[in-house]
Amino acid sequence: MEVVHPADLDEAVGALAAHPQATLLAGGTDLMVEVNFDQIRPETVVALRRLDDIQDVSRHRIGAGVTFRRLESGDHNALAQLARTIGSPQIRAAGTIGGNIGTASPAGDSLPFLAGLDAEIELHSTSGTRRLPWDEFFTGVKRTARRPDELITAAVLPEDLPDFQEFAKIGQRSAMVISIVAACVFRWRDGRTRVALGSVGPTPIRARRAEEMISQEADPGPAALGEFARLVSEEVSPITDHRGTSDYRRHASGVLARRLLERCLSS
Amino acid sequence: MTTRVRTPTVRDGVGVSTSRTDGIPKVDGTYLYSSDLYMDRMLFGATLRCPHPKARITRLDIGPAVAMTGVHAVLVGDDVPGSNAFGLESADQPVLATDLVEYWGQAVALVAADDPETARLAVEAIEIEYEVLEPLTDPEEADRRDSAFHRARCRRGPQDASGAVVVEGYYEVGMQDQAPLGTESGLAIPDGQGGVDLHIATQWTHVDRDQIVAGLGVDEDMVRVHHAGVGGAFGAREDVSLQIHLCLLALYTGRPVKMEYSRAESFVGHVHRHPAQLWMRHEADPDGTLRRIEARIIIDGGAYRSTSDSVVGNAVYHAAGPYRCDSVSVEGVAVRTNNPPCGAMRGFGAVQACFGHEAQMDKLADALGMDRVELRIRNALRRGDRLATSGQVIDTSAPVTEILERLRRMPLPDENSSDDPRLLPGGTGLTTSRPMVKRGVGYAVGLKNLCFSGGFDDYAEARVAITPFGVEVHTAAVEVGQGLGMACAQIARTVLGIEDVVVYYDDTSKIGSAGSTSASRQTQMTGGAVMEAARMARQIALERGGGDELDGEGVWKDGVLVTPMKDLVGRENIDYHTRFHHPQTDAPDRNGQGDIHVDFAFAAHRAVVDVDQELGLFRVVQIDTVQDVGFMINPRSVVGQIEGGTMQGIGLATLEEIVVEDGVIKNPTFTDYLLPTFLDAPPIEIEVIEEPSSFGPFGAKGVGEPPTVSSTAAVVAAIRDATGLELNRTPVRPEHVALGSRQPAVYSDC
Repeated sequence: MEVVHPADLDEAVGALAAHPQATLLAGGTDLMVEVNFDQIRPETVVALRRLDDIQDVSRHRIGAGVTFRRLESGDHNALAQLARTIGSPQIRAAGTIGGNIGTASPAGDSLPFLAGLDAEIELHSTSGTRRLPWDEFFTGVKRTARRPDELITAAVLPEDLPDFQEFAKIGQRSAMVISIVAACVFRWRDGRTRVALGSVGPTPIRARRAEEMISQEADPGPAALGEFARLVSEEVSPITDHRGTSDYRRHASGVLARRLLERCLSS
Repeated sequence: MTTRVRTPTVRDGVGVSTSRTDGIPKVDGTYLYSSDLYMDRMLFGATLRCPHPKARITRLDIGPAVAMTGVHAVLVGDDVPGSNAFGLESADQPVLATDLVEYWGQAVALVAADDPETARLAVEAIEIEYEVLEPLTDPEEADRRDSAFHRARCRRGPQDASGAVVVEGYYEVGMQDQAPLGTESGLAIPDGQGGVDLHIATQWTHVDRDQIVAGLGVDEDMVRVHHAGVGGAFGAREDVSLQIHLCLLALYTGRPVKMEYSRAESFVGHVHRHPAQLWMRHEADPDGTLRRIEARIIIDGGAYRSTSDSVVGNAVYHAAGPYRCDSVSVEGVAVRTNNPPCGAMRGFGAVQACFGHEAQMDKLADALGMDRVELRIRNALRRGDRLATSGQVIDTSAPVTEILERLRRMPLPDENSSDDPRLLPGGTGLTTSRPMVKRGVGYAVGLKNLCFSGGFDDYAEARVAITPFGVEVHTAAVEVGQGLGMACAQIARTVLGIEDVVVYYDDTSKIGSAGSTSASRQTQMTGGAVMEAARMARQIALERGGGDELDGEGVWKDGVLVTPMKDLVGRENIDYHTRFHHPQTDAPDRNGQGDIHVDFAFAAHRAVVDVDQELGLFRVVQIDTVQDVGFMINPRSVVGQIEGGTMQGIGLATLEEIVVEDGVIKNPTFTDYLLPTFLDAPPIEIEVIEEPSSFGPFGAKGVGEPPTVSSTAAVVAAIRDATGLELNRTPVRPEHVALGSRQPAVYSDC
């Protein structure tokens, strides 16, 4: 096994161009599980820990190499909330948002945040830089539109950020748990609302009919909130597995979205 | 000569929370667990396992693996020189499957190689083909087809007794894993003369040895089993896992061989707690007096027998709980399926029974309009009563009423304990705020038989030697982390009056069996053996020294030191070796009647649980317990056992289940087999009742299992109390609470 330690972005994408089948290593919190379970045997590893170019975080741009430990506080309430639910302190100290995006697990905790904000994923290669909207980037369960020669360098957030944002996730125990349902709700003072959910479909899901309905409500009452929850439940497409049933995930999606919206409204 | 007033007690004797010699090394990381063993030139073993719950091996070619560089052995069933069969109670499982494979993950072939990676690649290189067969995975179907290891029954009293108030229920208990943090591991070292020394994390070295020599086809003295550092056991290490495999590879290669299971392999490498289905019917007078108890119990033994016969027997004996009732009918069956084999786990059938009978007692109290604790007290067993199932007279302390009275009087936590989201249902997931929470309180009380019984000749050997350098205690008992060695040293100190005691864990060639570290038995059995040997050693010392008292200085007479230690044992040690038996028990008659059990311990829990019913999330806020412990040889260790046992019960109530679909384990990782974290662990207030047992040292009773028996039932009772739901299955899952109970109560005739 060959391990490449690029010192900067150019070297990194150069290494990827030379080894298109290379495995990328950032925090290793997903990769090492696959290695330990003998699911992959990488021949070439490109290690990203030394890349300073992807370590910056600002209000509208989150470098791919930023760890969840660093995201536990910051400009974005929901991002901090979700960062604090990820794994253990050790996992958060190693795991990066770029890795979470690249793995593209349906249960990836940062994905609802990115989907709800209409983030773009920035990809860099020897042929240049491109940005893909989240819904073009995430194409299926652990599948993305990233080409083998491309490196995820950042998540880019829009100029128009919401006034309120809330995240929550359901797991069966109080900490260190993979989500059964995760949800992010964003609300602007003018009523515009977005809701995104994780672990209830192959990729993060936006409940667009629920968004349209509730965005018309300046001051939603119980009936509107109930309708909002009902629409969210309709729009998700969960499966049944050993972590939870489809019926429960559908039910909990609506409940969670409604609760998060209530929190936005009472902020 | 010295004259003085003797101090009546020795330092660090019984009743004191002494520290353990293995305590600091375990905390600072220097303790050697079985997985830390290392030897120059050692090879690494790996196991080929079947990926089907039932299949026939149609082709097996080890050639490609044998040809690999660095591979030193590839062994299949035909290479087992002795009997290709092992098992704890009967040898029904092949060491390596040769034809039929009966469960997912069953061992088929072994490899020894220079390094773990090569061993793993060699396992993959073995060419094997299967004819996949239809597995039997439904326990009720297995019962109908009479695919059963054992049927047990208790029938007592007039069978037509009845009460005015009747409640029925159906209950299910999921398959819990012992989940010891140390996976199976060991090191086998050939002695160059056809024998082998095995260093292994186990619970019972002698019975491992017996199964190994059968597999190797060698004499008993050719195999010496040494107990290596054990990273938790809880029943998982009572059955053989890699013991025979390691010895086969070591003898074949002539090299030391190490094996260590991964976490995923560990989930198929040891037996689990039996999942259970229970149908129960209770009848009582309007004043709450129990008149009739009927139950039918199915436990799923999986593909091989292990201890299923004993577990179903235990479930049957415990089915009525710690209550008086003179008309009982309980039928139990351990079915044989193609699910993962199940065997011993802390509580051993009593856990499953308690989940049923305590739900029934709550139901009955509600039907009677009676307080739930009051109903239990009204029917509580007392010393001198007959156990409802086996009919034997309880001649040990049985403070069930006092346990419940004291538990009821313990203070409840504040109503609104905290708004910290981490302490609410959903925890760090931020799902729930305080106003969405309803609080429930649940009580449960259980009992657990102690030691091996049912006519089994249960014994433990120990040797106590007084030497010029202090006292040696020798035992083959396995210290699994519970503090047995420390307790033995405390017993020896108190009996001998000598502080300087060292406990030696002898291998199987040096001393006879101490029995298994299980059934809450070692404090009473090995502790009892140490006490007996120490008493005899003291007697010899007094005779040899011509005095009436013994301590570290020597033998005293009338307050005068007459024989200093260097004279007492300067030429010859005092050495006493004993085999301690507990009082004899009966095998059950055909109705399950007789003096079957030797001793019992009782415990009750009160759980306080906050529930977010809309999302089905819950958090145990506090759990309090009162336990009948006989006498506390080491109070801190008793508290440790009660806290740990209680948490294991909370795990079964809230999280822990091996999910099996069509014979395949869906969650063989700690990512998906969820154990409680620190955040899920509530405060536990503990009170103990010290009433001497009938035969334990200083009146001690085993304390390991009782806290696991009733905590699960108490937690689920509290969730029922908060939600009003039936919740007849444990562990409770969010969908059961949010979307309603899982199963309607359907009663089948007993």
